[in-house]
Amino acid sequence: MQLKSTAALLAASLAMMFAGAGIAGPREDQLAQYAKAAKAANPAFSGFSAERGKTLHTQNFGGGKPDTPACTACHGKDTRAGGRTPAGKAIDPMAVSATPSRYTEPAKVEKWFKRNCNEVLGRECSAQEKGDWLTFMSGQ
Amino acid sequence: MNIPYRPLALGLLVLGFSALVFGRAQAGGRHYFAPVNNPVVKEECGSCHLAFAPSMLPAGSWQRMMANLKDHFGDDASVDPKTAAIITDYLVANAADKGGLRYSDKLLRGVSAANAPLRITELPKWTREHRKVPDWEWKHKDVRTKANCTACHADAALGYYDE
Ligand code: HEC
Ligand code: HEC
Ligand code: HEC
Repeated sequence: MQLKSTAALLAASLAMMFAGAGIAGPREDQLAQYAKAAKAANPAFSGFSAERGKTLHTQNFGGGKPDTPACTACHGKDTRAGGRTPAGKAIDPMAVSATPSRYTEPAKVEKWFKRNCNEVLGRECSAQEKGDWLTFMSGQ
Repeated sequence: MNIPYRPLALGLLVLGFSALVFGRAQAGGRHYFAPVNNPVVKEECGSCHLAFAPSMLPAGSWQRMMANLKDHFGDDASVDPKTAAIITDYLVANAADKGGLRYSDKLLRGVSAANAPLRITELPKWTREHRKVPDWEWKHKDVRTKANCTACHADAALGYYDE
């Protein structure tokens, strides 16, 4: 029983490593799209900032739900460690170095930005905010 | 049932707490509710909480829930229509009232089909099974909500609720 689940875990993590290694494409494409949208919204936009992304990730907003004032409420303070939802479900680390398969599925990324920004900020995130945040996590 | 093996399946987080309730919750038969085995349902319904077993609510409940994912217990769990159809079909086909499911029949005792309850944790049978769980346990930092089945039932993701 433990052997089986250990083997499954191993297989799963190997699969994830391979999935992450080959495809740098989708993540960069999505960043490029956010950059285009950010530029359109603000002609003075001059590129994403990991520093701003970090602030977005850690700041207490208080615009959303009381039990999730910041992204770190679920994702944890350490980007390379896992997190946990209010209902107790474990979340894999958000740092790309720790979970290489992260942000390779544009529809998934968009779906969660929409949900989680509403949850934390009480509104959707702008293209610039999304790009800043992804830049921060890609460098983590 | 060896405590030392539990962290393997579980992750260390939960160990401390489940060791606490382990002794008492161990009593009883091997209550089994087949876990979700559809990858789409696992992904869409298993990120925020355990992907609850379809055999824990009647078909009418799943239909009612799937009709309003935009406001899902205060969360936005919405998915595109094609994905929603796949999920609904799966949940309905494996629902608690499809017949022949021993533990589901028990769990649904006292529930009328017309009610379509949205919470497993409000089914009369569930409430009765958990009436002895003291307040401090529900409030424990590793539990926090009744919906966090895996905090106490280490093998919930495998379908077992006997410990
Ligand atoms: C209520 C808990 C919660 C909060 C608060 C939260 N998240 Fe998440 N987030 C999740 C869950 C659950 C997932 C999906 C599980 C997974 O991908 O491991 C997720 C996934 C994501 C993803 C997609 C990851 C991928 O691999 O594609 C992004 C992007 C994301 N979150 C961004 C954010 C940002 C930005 C914030 C703060 C504004 C935030 N999250 C706050 C729970 C949360
Ligand atoms: C964005 C996060 C999120 C997603 C995605 C999600 N849920 Fe939930 N769900 C919640 C929250 C929050 C609760 C309330 C938990 C609590 O009471 O602590 C909940 C509660 C539930 C409950 C009731 C639990 C009880 O108390 O008995 C069921 C059943 C349920 N969800 C099924 C589903 C299904 C089916 C899906 C997929 C279509 C789904 N959930 C997707 C967040 C989510
Ligand atoms: C705070 C801890 C805790 C949480 C959280 C919890 N349970 Fe339980 N559960 C128990 C205890 C204790 C029993 C009683 C076991 C006994 O008396 O044999 C029990 C009994 C049960 C039983 C009957 C099994 C038996 O052997 O009698 C089922 C089914 C069950 N729980 C399902 C669930 C589900 C589904 C959830 C999540 C929606 C959940 N539980 C959440 C502690 C918990």
